[in-house]
Amino acid sequence: MLLVLDSSIGTSVAVVDLERGVIAERGEADTMRHAEVVGALIRDVLAEAGVTVDELSGVVAGMGPGPFTGLRIGIAAARVFALGAGKPLVPMVSHDAIAADWYEAGGTGELLVVTDARRRERYYSTYSDADTRVQGPALAKPDDLPEAANRVDATSVSAGALGMVAERRYAAGLPFPADEPLYLRSPDVTLSAGPKRVTA
Amino acid sequence: MNTDNPLVLGIETSCDETGIGIVRGRELLSNTIASSMDEHARYGGVVPEVAARAHLEAIVPAIHEAVAEAGISLHDLDAIAVTSGPGLSGALMVGIGAAKALAVSLDKPLYAVNHLVGHVGADILDPAGDAFEYPTVALLVSGGHTSLLLVRDLVSNVELLGETIDDAAGEAFDKVARVLGLPYPGGPQIDRVAASGDPKAIRFPRGLTLPKDLEKHRYDFSFSGLKTAVARWVEKKRDDGDEVPVADVAASFREAVADVLLTKAIAACHDYDVPRLLLGGGVVANARVRELAAERAQAAGVQLRIPPLSLCTDNGAMIAELGAQLIMNGHAPSTLDFPADSSLPVTEIQVR
Repeated sequence: MLLVLDSSIGTSVAVVDLERGVIAERGEADTMRHAEVVGALIRDVLAEAGVTVDELSGVVAGMGPGPFTGLRIGIAAARVFALGAGKPLVPMVSHDAIAADWYEAGGTGELLVVTDARRRERYYSTYSDADTRVQGPALAKPDDLPEAANRVDATSVSAGALGMVAERRYAAGLPFPADEPLYLRSPDVTLSAGPKRVTA
Repeated sequence: MNTDNPLVLGIETSCDETGIGIVRGRELLSNTIASSMDEHARYGGVVPEVAARAHLEAIVPAIHEAVAEAGISLHDLDAIAVTSGPGLSGALMVGIGAAKALAVSLDKPLYAVNHLVGHVGADILDPAGDAFEYPTVALLVSGGHTSLLLVRDLVSNVELLGETIDDAAGEAFDKVARVLGLPYPGGPQIDRVAASGDPKAIRFPRGLTLPKDLEKHRYDFSFSGLKTAVARWVEKKRDDGDEVPVADVAASFREAVADVLLTKAIAACHDYDVPRLLLGGGVVANARVRELAAERAQAAGVQLRIPPLSLCTDNGAMIAELGAQLIMNGHAPSTLDFPADSSLPVTEIQVR
C-alpha cells in the first residue's frame, strides 16, 4: 500500500494498493494552494482509506515536471512524510500518470503527453505503452513538440493513477527514476554586471 | 502532550538558511543549519528560486542531523513548529509542506509561528544567563528585515513600533560592499575593511532622523538614501581620478547604519520606559553595531541582551522555542490549513 503525492499541476493525494486499486483519492485543482492544502489532503485521504501510517509500504512523490514553486511542496511533503513514517520514498515521473490514464481508457499506440510549463513553453513525454516512456520528460516551445499518433494535453495529474503505475513497476521489477525534482529549467537569474551608476 | 517541558522540533525556511531546531522546554538540544549562502554569492544577493531549491534538498538531511544531535527519536516529539511568515514565499512553502507532512505522519500537533517573534524567543535559549523579562524592546536587523518591536509578552502581545520603509540594513551592507568592489555577503566585508577606517571621515545621511521625518516615522528606518549617498560619493571620487578611501567609506557607512539603528532603539526604550533592549538578526554579527549598542545602552541605563550569533541568524531552534512557549502557555495548535504569508504582521505570533 502506497501513499501518493503529486503537486506538479494541482495537488493530488491518494492511497493505492496493487490488488485493491485506488483506495482513496483527493485533490485540489487550484495551482496556487499547494502549501495550504497538502497537509489536510494527506490526513483526509488516510482517514477515508482507513489506513494507518504503519500499514504503508512506501510514499510516492510525483517529481514533475511542473512549475517549481508548487512542485517542490509535494516533493518536500512526500520526502518528510517518508522520513516521519520510516518508509521508503518512491520517486515517479508525473507524466506517467497521464499516460496510464489514457491507456487505461482504451488508448493504444504512440502517445505524446503535454503539460503547461508556463512562459509559452510545454513539458512533454512520449510513450509506446502505459509502462514505457520513450522520450522525456523534456521542455519545448509548442511548435517544436515531437510528432505522435496521439496527443493528450493534460491539466491535471491523478495521484491515484501515478500510484498504480508505481505499484505495477514495483511488481514487475522495473526501475524507478532518481529522487530529483524535474524542474527542467535553471533558476531564473542573471549574473550582475557590477554596480550600476547612480549619478549620470 | 507534555505541556510543562515539551519536546518540539522547529522548521525555518524563510530565507536562505534551512534551520532545524529541537528544544525541550527552555533547553536547546539541536540548532542545525544548512545554508545556501555560497550559492547566492555569485549573484550578489539571495536568489529566491535558488534558496527554495536548496531548502528542498537540505531539509531531510537537516532533520536527520538534528534528531541525531538531540539524541531523540521523531516519535518522542510533543509537537512540530514551523515558520509561516514573513519571508520569501517559495522558500516558506517548502518548510510548510514538510512540517504539515511530518505532523500528519507522526500524528503530532503543529504550530505555525511568526519568524520575527521567533527571533525574540531565541533569547530564551541563550546559555549565558536568564532570559529577559518582558516588556522588552527588540531590534531585529538582517538582510531581509529591520524591525523595532515592543514585546510585552512573547506569546500574546508583540507590537511593531517601526520597520524599514525600503531596504533592510543587511541589504544596504551588501549593496555598499558591491559599490566598493567587495564580495557578498557585505556585512563581514565592510566590517573587515572598516576596522582601519575613520568613522567620522565622511558624514553620510541618517535616514528618517530629521524632525519632519520623525513626526511620521519615529521608529521607522530607511537605508536606500544612505546606500545611494555612498555610491554618489564613491563615483565622484572615481570620476575625479582620486583614489577611493575604502576603509574610511566603509567605516563611515557602517557608523551611519549603527548610529541610526541604536538611536531609534534607545529612543523606543526611553519613550516606553522599558529599560531592556534585545538584539537579533544576522547584522548583530557586525562589530560596530554590537559595540555601539553596548555604549548607548550603558549610557541610557538600558540592559542589553545579544544572544550568540548562531541564535541571532535565522535558525530552527528559535522557531521550536516559540512553539514550546505557546504550548507551555496553553495555546492550541494551528490547523493544517494555514498558508505561507510573505508579509505576516508581527502581531500574528501564531497563525491558526
